[in-house]
Amino acid sequence: MSNATFTSRAAKSLRNSQLRRNINKATTTIRGKTARVTAELPDWEALRLAGREIKRSTLAELDKHLIALEESVTRAGGTVHWARDAAEAREIVVRLTKAHNTDQVIKIKSMTTDEIELNPALEGAGIRPYETDLADMIVQMGREKPSHLLVPAIHKNRVEIRDLFRDQMGSHGEGLSDRPTDLTKAARAYLRDKFLETRVAISGANFAVAETGSVVVVESEGNGRMCLTLPDVLISIMGIEKVLPRWQDLEVFLQLLPRAATGERMNPYTSIWTGTVPGDGPREFHLVLLDNGRSKILADEVSRETLHCIRCSRCLNVCPVYERAGGHAYDSMYQGPIGAIVTPQLKGLEEAGSLPYASSLCGACHEVCPVKINIPQILVHLRGKVVESKRETALGKLSGENMAMQVASRLFNNQQALEWSLWAGRLGQKLLTRDGVMPWLPPPLSGWTLSRDFPALPEQSFRDWWKQRENGK
Amino acid sequence: MSSRDIMLATIRHAISRPAPDGLPAVPPPGDLPAYRRRLDATGPEIVDRFLERLRDYNVHVEVLDSEAAVIAAATARLAALGLDRLVIPADLPAAWRPAGVTLVEDQALDHQTLNAIPGALTGAALAIAETGSIVLDGGRHQGRRALTLLPDYHLCVVFAGQLVGLVPEAMDQLGRHPARPITFFSGPSATADIELDRVVGVHGPRTLDVLFVTGPTQPREF
Amino acid sequence: MRVSLFITCINDSLYPHTGQAVVRVLERLGHEVVFPEGQSCCGQMHHNSGYAPEAVAMVRQFVEIFREAEVVVVPSTSCTAMIRTQYPHLARHVAKDAALLEAVEALVPRVWEFSEFLTRKLGLTDVGAYYPHRVTYHSSCNSLRSLGLGDGPLTLLRHVRGLDLVELPNNTECCGFGGTFAVKNAETSTAMLTDKMRHILSTNAEICTAGDNSCLMHIGGGLSRQRTGVRTVHLAQILASTAEAPLA
Repeated sequence: MSNATFTSRAAKSLRNSQLRRNINKATTTIRGKTARVTAELPDWEALRLAGREIKRSTLAELDKHLIALEESVTRAGGTVHWARDAAEAREIVVRLTKAHNTDQVIKIKSMTTDEIELNPALEGAGIRPYETDLADMIVQMGREKPSHLLVPAIHKNRVEIRDLFRDQMGSHGEGLSDRPTDLTKAARAYLRDKFLETRVAISGANFAVAETGSVVVVESEGNGRMCLTLPDVLISIMGIEKVLPRWQDLEVFLQLLPRAATGERMNPYTSIWTGTVPGDGPREFHLVLLDNGRSKILADEVSRETLHCIRCSRCLNVCPVYERAGGHAYDSMYQGPIGAIVTPQLKGLEEAGSLPYASSLCGACHEVCPVKINIPQILVHLRGKVVESKRETALGKLSGENMAMQVASRLFNNQQALEWSLWAGRLGQKLLTRDGVMPWLPPPLSGWTLSRDFPALPEQSFRDWWKQRENGK
Repeated sequence: MSSRDIMLATIRHAISRPAPDGLPAVPPPGDLPAYRRRLDATGPEIVDRFLERLRDYNVHVEVLDSEAAVIAAATARLAALGLDRLVIPADLPAAWRPAGVTLVEDQALDHQTLNAIPGALTGAALAIAETGSIVLDGGRHQGRRALTLLPDYHLCVVFAGQLVGLVPEAMDQLGRHPARPITFFSGPSATADIELDRVVGVHGPRTLDVLFVTGPTQPREF
Repeated sequence: MRVSLFITCINDSLYPHTGQAVVRVLERLGHEVVFPEGQSCCGQMHHNSGYAPEAVAMVRQFVEIFREAEVVVVPSTSCTAMIRTQYPHLARHVAKDAALLEAVEALVPRVWEFSEFLTRKLGLTDVGAYYPHRVTYHSSCNSLRSLGLGDGPLTLLRHVRGLDLVELPNNTECCGFGGTFAVKNAETSTAMLTDKMRHILSTNAEICTAGDNSCLMHIGGGLSRQRTGVRTVHLAQILASTAEAPLA
C-alpha cells in the first residue's frame, strides 16, 4: 500500500502542461465526435434505456446466464474455466499456455488482463506477452501504466515513441522517423511477424451471448482479428458481468458502444466467434470467467450498476476532473469517473479510498453514460463506506473531519447552539478578515484559501433578520 | 467445492437479498421506449445512405447496374492498382473472376502463403446502411477469415439485395447462423494512438474497395 | 400562495441578502411567505462527504418541519437537488424506513428551486425586475443535470430591464466547487476554477450570477483573490432589484 493518494498524484499531473494539453486535445476531440454521432440517432435515448434494462435484468439472474453460456460454449467446442480471483485466472492462463510448449503469446487490448496483472505472471513463467494494440505496445515498451482507457499512450509524444521503437523493434525500428504514419507502418511490419509465428493468443471480451456461446471483440486496428484468427489456441478472459442472455441483445450494445466510445457509427472491426470452427481460426478455444470482486459489487444494491459498464470511456472524456488530473492520478487501468468507482470496489478502500473523493459530483458522467450508470450516487455511497470504516477506529473517530461533521450535525439539530456558534464565529473571524473576506484559513480549510477568499460572516443571519422583521410587524 | 460451484453460490447469495422489511420494491421501469428495429426509408434512400457512409470512410466504391459488369469493373480496378495476384474462395462464381490476374483458390493455404499474396476478392454476407458496415460470416463466396485478413488489399462484391438499414436488421439475419465466424468491417482499420493523429491502415487490408451491384439481385442465402 | 421558505444553511449564515431577496420577490408577486422555525440544513454536506446517518437526521428534520407546507421554495439548486434526488435514496437505502420514504415521496413534489418555482410553478418569465448591469450566468451542475432547469433562469434574466446578458463560454462545465472536493482536492478544484474564471473574464461582465451561492462562494472567492473586480450575485438578488428600489 502506498501513501500516495489521488490528490498527490493529481498534483503531479497538474504541473505537467504537455500532458494537460494532450488530454485536453483528446477529450475535446472525442467529446465532439461522440456528441455528433449520438445526436444523429433518433432512438439514442431508447437504446440507452434498453441497454440499462438488459444489464439490470441480466445481473438479477447472473448465475443462470453464466451456466447457459458455459453450456453453449462447450457445445460449440470451447472450454470454460471459472476463476474466483486474479491469482486463479493467472494460474489458468499460464497453465494453458505452458501446455502448448510456447514461450510467447500475443495479446489483444484487454483491461481484464491488466486487472489481473497477467503479464508479470506470464513473464515469471518464462512466457513473453506481446501487446498488439499500438498504444498498449507503446506503454508496454516504455514499462509504464496506461493513462486512458481507450488512448492509453496519450501521455507520450511522437519522439518518445520513435525512440522506443528504434530501441526495441530490431530491424523494423532502424532509421525510423517520428511521423505517425511511419511509426504505424513499423508497428505493422514488426507485429505481422509476431502474428504469424505465435501459437497462443490472449484476449478479453466485450460481450458474450449465453444462448449461442458467441463472444464479441470490437476494435479499430485489426490486431484483434489477427489474434482471433491466426493462432492455434485462443484464451479469452471476461468478467462475469459481460454476459448477455440473448443474441438479440447485441443489436443494442453494438450500437451503443462504438458511438459512445470513439464517436464512430461503428468501430472499424467487430469480430464474433462461437467456439471453434474447423478450417477457420483457432483449433482450441478457452473462455475464462472471472469474478475477482465482481460478486461483491453485485451484492451491494446501490453500487450494483457499476457492473453495467461496457468500458466505453465516455465518462472520462466528459469529466472535468479527469481532464485536469490525468489518468495516472487514478493509479489503475480503470481511470476517470468509472475508475473512481470500479477501482475502490475491486482493490478495496484501504488501497484506493481516496478515489471516491476524486470528483466534484458534477454529474457529467451520469448524463452521457450509454447505460446510465449513476456514478455520482455510487461515489457518494463509497464515501460512506470510507467513513464507516474509519469510524471503526479510535483514531478515525477523532479525525478532524469526523469531529467537524459531528459538531455540524449537532448544531443543525439545535437552534440555540447554532445561533451561539454564529455569534462566536463573527467574533473569531475578526482577526482573519480583511475587506470583508478571509484570505487565509487554518487547516483543514487551508485548501480553500489556496486560491479563494472566504466570505466573512455578516453581522446578521437571515433568521435574525426574519425575527426582527416579524417583531416589527 | 469447485471454483465454479463457489462462484455460482456467491453470485446466488449476492442476487437473492430481499428488500428490507416493509420497503416497497424498486419499481420496475415502465414501458420502455422502443428503439428502431428497421430503418424507415425507401430502397434508394437506404442505398444512398450506405454509399455515403462508404465514401465517408474513404472506401473506393463502384456502383454497377448488373452482376455481368463485375468482371470488367474488377479487371479495370486491379489493373489501375497494379495488382496481379489475388486469393479467392474456392466457391467464387466464375462470373466475378477478373481477367489478366493470377487467381489463387484458397485450398487450405498456409498463413505464410496467404500473407505473400497482395490481395483478396470475395463476396459478403450482408451490409448495413446506417453504419456503412460490410459483414462477412464465412458463408457463400466469402472464404475463411484469414483470407480477407492477411492480404493487403480486399475487393468485395456487395449486392443491393444484401443491404439492410440498421444494426438490428443485420443481427436478425446473422442470427440464423450465429455459430459462423462473423466479421464486421466499417471503414479501414485505423489508429489515433500517436498524438491523436489518425493513421488509416494498421493491420489487415489497408485498402478496401467495393463493387456495389444494384441490378438483378443475387439470390439471398443464409 | 402560501410559500414556506427553506433558506438553507449557507444562505442563512453567509448570504442573508439572498433570502431577503427571495422574500421580496415572492411578496411583490403577491404571495405569503412563511419561515418555519427549527429548520437548518438539507444535509448535503454530510451526505456528499459520506456521513449518511447524520444526513438522515436532517432528512427527518426537514420532513417534520415542512410536512404540511403548501409549497417549499429553496434558493439553492444543489440543496433542491439534494432533497429531490437524494432524500428518497437516503430513506430507502440508509434509513431503510418505509414511513420516512413515504413521507419524503409525498413532500418532494411540493419542493421547488426558486427560479423553477417562478417559471414552472407560476409560469412567469417577467417578474418586473430592473438591474442595469452587464451580467453573465453560470448554470450550476445541479441546475443543468439534477434538476433539468434548462433555460428557465436565463429566460428570467432576459426579461430583467436594463440587464445586459452575456453568454458564458463553456457554460456546462463544472466550476470545481463540489463541496468538500474544493478542500480535499484543492489543486484540481483550483484548476477547474481557473478555467471558469477565464471564461467569466472573457465576457467582460461586471457580475456573475447563478442559482446557487455555494458555486458563487467558490467562484467569487477566486475572483476576489485575483482582484478582478467582478462580483458574484445570486439570481434572486437580481430579480429582487427594481427601478424604485434598485439593489447593487
